[in-house]
Amino acid sequence: MNPVTPLYVSIAATVASILLILVVFELIRSRRLRERYALLWLATGVVLLVLSAWRGGLNTIAGWVGVTGYPPAVLFAVATLFIFAVLLHYSTVISKLADQNVILAQRLALLEQRVRREQEPQP
Amino acid sequence: MPEHRRVAIVPARNEEDAVAGVVEELRAYDPELDVVVIDDGSEDLTAERAAGAGAAVVSLPFNLGIGGAVQTGFKYALDHGYDTVIRLDGDGQHDPQQIPNLLAPLERDEADVVVGSRFAEGAGDYKPPFARRAGIRWFAQLVSLLTGQKLTDTTSGFQAVNTRAIRLFAADYPHDYPEVEAVVMVVRHRLRILEVPAQMRGRETGSSSITMLRSLYYAIKVTLALLVGIFRRRVVPLEESR
Repeated sequence: MNPVTPLYVSIAATVASILLILVVFELIRSRRLRERYALLWLATGVVLLVLSAWRGGLNTIAGWVGVTGYPPAVLFAVATLFIFAVLLHYSTVISKLADQNVILAQRLALLEQRVRREQEPQP
Repeated sequence: MPEHRRVAIVPARNEEDAVAGVVEELRAYDPELDVVVIDDGSEDLTAERAAGAGAAVVSLPFNLGIGGAVQTGFKYALDHGYDTVIRLDGDGQHDPQQIPNLLAPLERDEADVVVGSRFAEGAGDYKPPFARRAGIRWFAQLVSLLTGQKLTDTTSGFQAVNTRAIRLFAADYPHDYPEVEAVVMVVRHRLRILEVPAQMRGRETGSSSITMLRSLYYAIKVTLALLVGIFRRRVVPLEESR
């Protein structure tokens, strides 16, 4: 007989996924999180929610990928995968922000220099 | 000093072939009208061509996207005390000759935001490709549902807005496909929005910056923003914005 996901694990994971989705929604609503950066989190929440609540599905997928002992391990694997995706995405975002920051600082410094030069009395 | 202080905001990114024509057309339409081109981090000669044609040019240090560019224009208008903003795209698809149609409802104080709709009665037969039409229709229906007002074209960048809306947009303006979310914002702040029919010309040069996969991403993103938007606090208090 195939191993199945324990009911309590399923319930706990479902609650956790719903919490994640609610927190992300609240962060968007209060403008602390832009939609652009929230989409990946919402996808994470929805996928985890489906896998947590749908025990038959989780057991089947566990069978496909050869997880024979403990089907909820698939949940961890999927969650880890999504966390990798989010982190990688954030790394690219931070790189872009760093580049833009350099451009801003250069522009500001050049502008300041020009303003100072124009304020000085002409010799 | 003219009775009204009006400014045309033209967001442009890499539109060196079209932007001068747009500015010249605007100046020919009304020499009194001030024209500001928001150069959204262009890598070509957009800024030079626009300035050469007689526009004030605000060059952003890097690409902010259409929402950030247009909002720069609204902030410029607020800073310089303009009471009316006319917004049109830098690619030449909006015809300045139709500006009076947009201004009329503002002058009669019937609306705070007037949108030139490609699909309103009498707008002619604009037929975008299937995917784009589907997207436009999806947002028109969603926005109509959320605002309780029948709207046909929520992605049109051909608009005229008065002081109240300038103040709102300078304080807060959405990012991608900003027009769609802006409609919901406008209605939530109890401002009045009105569509008038407008004909668009085909793009003169360049290609639309939206590809298939990106449009799907934007569609999902903007839908999310719309749905969350109705739960948001107002950025400008009602009594101030009315």
